Amino acid sequence: MTAQIHYADVEVGTELPAASFPVTRATLVRYAGASGDFNPIHWNEKFAKEVGLPDVIAHGMFTMAEAIRVVTDWAGDPGAVVEYGVRFTKPVVVPNDDQGALIEVTAKVAAKLEDNRVRVDLTALSAGQKVLGMSRAVVRLA
Amino acid sequence: MALDQTFVGRTYPPTEPYEVGREKIREFAVAVGDENPVYTDPEAAKAFGHQDVIAPPTFVFAITFAAAGQVIEDPQLGLDYSRVVHGDQKFAYVRPVRAGDRLTVTSTIEAVKSLAGNDIIDIRGEVHDESGEHVVTAWTKLVSRAPEEA
Repeated sequence: MTAQIHYADVEVGTELPAASFPVTRATLVRYAGASGDFNPIHWNEKFAKEVGLPDVIAHGMFTMAEAIRVVTDWAGDPGAVVEYGVRFTKPVVVPNDDQGALIEVTAKVAAKLEDNRVRVDLTALSAGQKVLGMSRAVVRLA
Repeated sequence: MALDQTFVGRTYPPTEPYEVGREKIREFAVAVGDENPVYTDPEAAKAFGHQDVIAPPTFVFAITFAAAGQVIEDPQLGLDYSRVVHGDQKFAYVRPVRAGDRLTVTSTIEAVKSLAGNDIIDIRGEVHDESGEHVVTAWTKLVSRAPEEA
């Protein structure tokens, strides 16, 4: 568990490199297969609309998996993540066009903890809406 | 209909072991577009001190959520799964999940609430490997939305 970032080199407020993650219907089909979550709200427009959604939506767990990449890419070793939690506040709506949707993630160090750990607060937006709330990770740095 | 409060604290029997495969981890990493070599190259993983390739942080959800099926489908609990959405998700890792792990999950109902007609249930999944080592804890909040008025 060796992060490449040193605890001494970060301060409260240190921003992690932001990243954007595109998601299309094809992405969702692939994620459904890999995760085993075949809920039709993630691939069947007719079904999604019948249950009151605006369109097909991304798996919350897909958005959660993308957001933490800002932290794991920064830390180097994904094994440095010791805690990670989110609230699913809004769905990521994925239209069936050439664009799909974009998940935009920013993150900053919110607190320095003991044992070389820091708490990172994440923000994930899609179409201008906050899609994850209370999104926090605890990472053990070098 | 409000869920039965007496289910709070109920623990379900551990699941049969799930064997984590290198190719399944690779498939998951590709699906989330993550090219970190720690997920696919054992040498890259070893450079960080891991015994084998590790899984992305959220990979284990597929295993804990399948285990939570024992709770969700418990006919005595009576959760309306067709109206369920995922509210919150949290993980606390003792170590990363890695290829070769044989993982069992023990699910416990931590809380049952009703708010504005919505049924809310908190499930904790404790994940252990074959040697009994605690690997990760997953907390899953599910919300069964109140039916719309006709």
